[in-house]
Amino acid sequence: MKTTVFLGIAASACLMAGAASAGTLDDVKQAGELKCGVTTGLAGFAAPDSNGVWQGFDVDYCRAVAAAVLGDPTKVKFVPTTGQTRFTALASGEVDMLARNTTWTFSRDVDLKFTFVGINYYDGQGFMVPKKLGVSSAKELDGATVCIQTGTTTELNLADYFKANNMKYEPVPIETNAEAQQQFLAGACDVYTTDRSGLAATRATFAKPDDYVVLPEVISKEPLGPLVRQGDDQWADVVRWVSNALVEGEDLGITSANIEELSKGTNNPEINRILGTDPGFGKMLGLDEQWAKRAIAANGNYGEIFAANLGESTPIGLSRGLNALWTQGGLQYSPPFR
Amino acid sequence: MADVTTPPKDVFRLSMLIYDTRYRSLTIQAIFMILLMAGAAWLVDNTIHNLHALGKDFNYSFLWSRAGYDINQHFIEYNNDDTHGRAMLVGLMNTLFIALISCALATVFGVVAGVLRLSNNWIVRKLMSIYIEAFRNIPLLIWILVIFAVMTEAMPAPSAFRGENPTSSMWFGAVAVTNRGVYFPEPLFSRSLGNIDLGIFYVSTDLIAILIVLAASIYAYRRLGRHAEKVQNATGVRPVTWWKSALILIAPVLVLLIALGFHLGYPALKGFNFQGGIQARNSLIALWLALSIYTGAFIAEIVRAGIQAISRGQSEAAFALGLRPSRTMNLVILPQALRVIIPPMISEYLNITKNTSLAIAVGYMDLRATLGGITLNQTGRELEAMLLMMGIYLAISLIISGVMNLYNRSVKLKER
Ligand SMILES: N[C@@H](CCC(=O)N[C@@H](CS)C(=O)NCC(=O)O)C(=O)O
Repeated sequence: MKTTVFLGIAASACLMAGAASAGTLDDVKQAGELKCGVTTGLAGFAAPDSNGVWQGFDVDYCRAVAAAVLGDPTKVKFVPTTGQTRFTALASGEVDMLARNTTWTFSRDVDLKFTFVGINYYDGQGFMVPKKLGVSSAKELDGATVCIQTGTTTELNLADYFKANNMKYEPVPIETNAEAQQQFLAGACDVYTTDRSGLAATRATFAKPDDYVVLPEVISKEPLGPLVRQGDDQWADVVRWVSNALVEGEDLGITSANIEELSKGTNNPEINRILGTDPGFGKMLGLDEQWAKRAIAANGNYGEIFAANLGESTPIGLSRGLNALWTQGGLQYSPPFR
Repeated sequence: MADVTTPPKDVFRLSMLIYDTRYRSLTIQAIFMILLMAGAAWLVDNTIHNLHALGKDFNYSFLWSRAGYDINQHFIEYNNDDTHGRAMLVGLMNTLFIALISCALATVFGVVAGVLRLSNNWIVRKLMSIYIEAFRNIPLLIWILVIFAVMTEAMPAPSAFRGENPTSSMWFGAVAVTNRGVYFPEPLFSRSLGNIDLGIFYVSTDLIAILIVLAASIYAYRRLGRHAEKVQNATGVRPVTWWKSALILIAPVLVLLIALGFHLGYPALKGFNFQGGIQARNSLIALWLALSIYTGAFIAEIVRAGIQAISRGQSEAAFALGLRPSRTMNLVILPQALRVIIPPMISEYLNITKNTSLAIAVGYMDLRATLGGITLNQTGRELEAMLLMMGIYLAISLIISGVMNLYNRSVKLKER
């Protein structure tokens, strides 16, 4: 008994180890590397390409932060996490930040003690079914077998939705998107449910994407965004304002193409403040004055990142929808750089 | 002079703690103990400190809050409005269930393979060696995944059973093998006696009645056997009992079943899935078969070793007395071999129980997947959930080894 408890505490203490360190910003600078928690593989969001280089929407966020903090967007160590392991990885200090299709919820923010720095993708949960099932609405799914990733908001929403609609279902709990895909394609489940962006991304990798449809129902709000440990406000500020800079960059028309030009100085004071031509903000964040310039230069502004990884010209083919800028009827909006 | 040397005065010097063999081991033990305690203290302190730094406390109240997730296989009533504590209980029962059926099947595999490995038939012997070597030397997780993949990829979907000319049909019209699991007929009672509410779960009165009647029948059967023995010892002739025993064993249960209106509920395709009947999910089957076949290979070696530990003279003596090989095995060899076999078997059973926690790989909702998986993740109570889970696994293991030790004592050589 004694030894087991001892070992248990030993194990948990190891889990907890890195957490007590002073400032994450200093740690990252000292390590010369940003440890960024991403998915185990979800095309368009975070997945290694054929050369083993991580690519995707979430990946670009990691790179933007690394560019701002370390001056080099490649100085990122990507740590693949599953729905179940991601929070432990962040809480224990195994990663410095998470950019992993993670929904901002009350309990994660308040009880699990994380700080969500913003929303980079407004999403909602949906259902995908094979076309040959002949289902056109989620209301027809009574009695279906449903693949879900465990440790997600998805499984809670699913339970609520089926209960509210007085339907039954058979949950098949699954660890990663790859396994879910395999089960779904093998027909071991009738339905795959997760964030609709995830469904679109998964469907895009199928051999015959046209044999599958995403049902029209959106059963939840899934505001996805990067998050850090609670209690390190300086680090939270860094990640938050890097995210904001990407959106503001799009808003102000700063693109990877014209950023060099603009950083020589413009007659728009806000652009000057962001790009450090008018110095001050970098110092306040604990970074140099070029931080935001490098962050935007790394993969472009929000719009460029979206278009390159998820947009209509990619196989995933998502439209901006809610994720358009506020000036174009969407919800993406950065607080002012002032 | 006298050759008696005066004993050195027994002054204690500090260096004796190291150089004097009388004290050295004590010293080492004391130092080790202090280091151990210091290590433990450091870890506890570190944990408390870090929990504090994260702004977390240590408490188990989450066990009473709403779980919110569904569990596909539950032996007790459960839905997503129940508490995390109850979800844990559901997981625990799933763990115990898979451990139990795996121990049983592994024993069958192990004993059969172990005995056959000593067979005089070359082919049988070699086949058993291949089984044992192949399964022992490939990691368990791989077997679980392989069986699971075969079940999901190679079996037909429920929809294949539909239509005018279905591509698949049920075995004997009763068992459906699909890529979601195997559906069996379930026992139903049209004149059921109902359930008893035990607070945490319900118990079927029908089941209790059947068990009581069975127990009574077995008791009567034993009495009959003992009586026959007595008559045989006294007169030398054993009375014919087979039809009486058959009657005693079967008739009462049969009568009870008819009285309860026993019938089978067949699975039938309705909507997306088969409804009715009992579903053994793929995850359960994969885990069960993999655990049993894998551990069976180890048990086979234990059984073989146990049998070979009995000297050949014993079986030669038995043959000389005219006992047939099967009776020699049952009456002479196995009872003695059991003494050698049981202690290592205990650890195999413990292994099975602990290995059930690989269930997560195929989504079987055991204790690790409920308490140590979804609950841990949704509540963020890593430390609490892990400690509780370790405590539970430890308790299960201790209970198993306790029970097996009792059994071991009962088959031990009774020295007179
Ligand atoms: N947004 C939900 C679900 C997140 C989630 O697990 N998403 C899936 C698919 S959209 C994923 O990223 N899977 C990748 C992986 O398996 O690592 C949450 O935060 O709980």
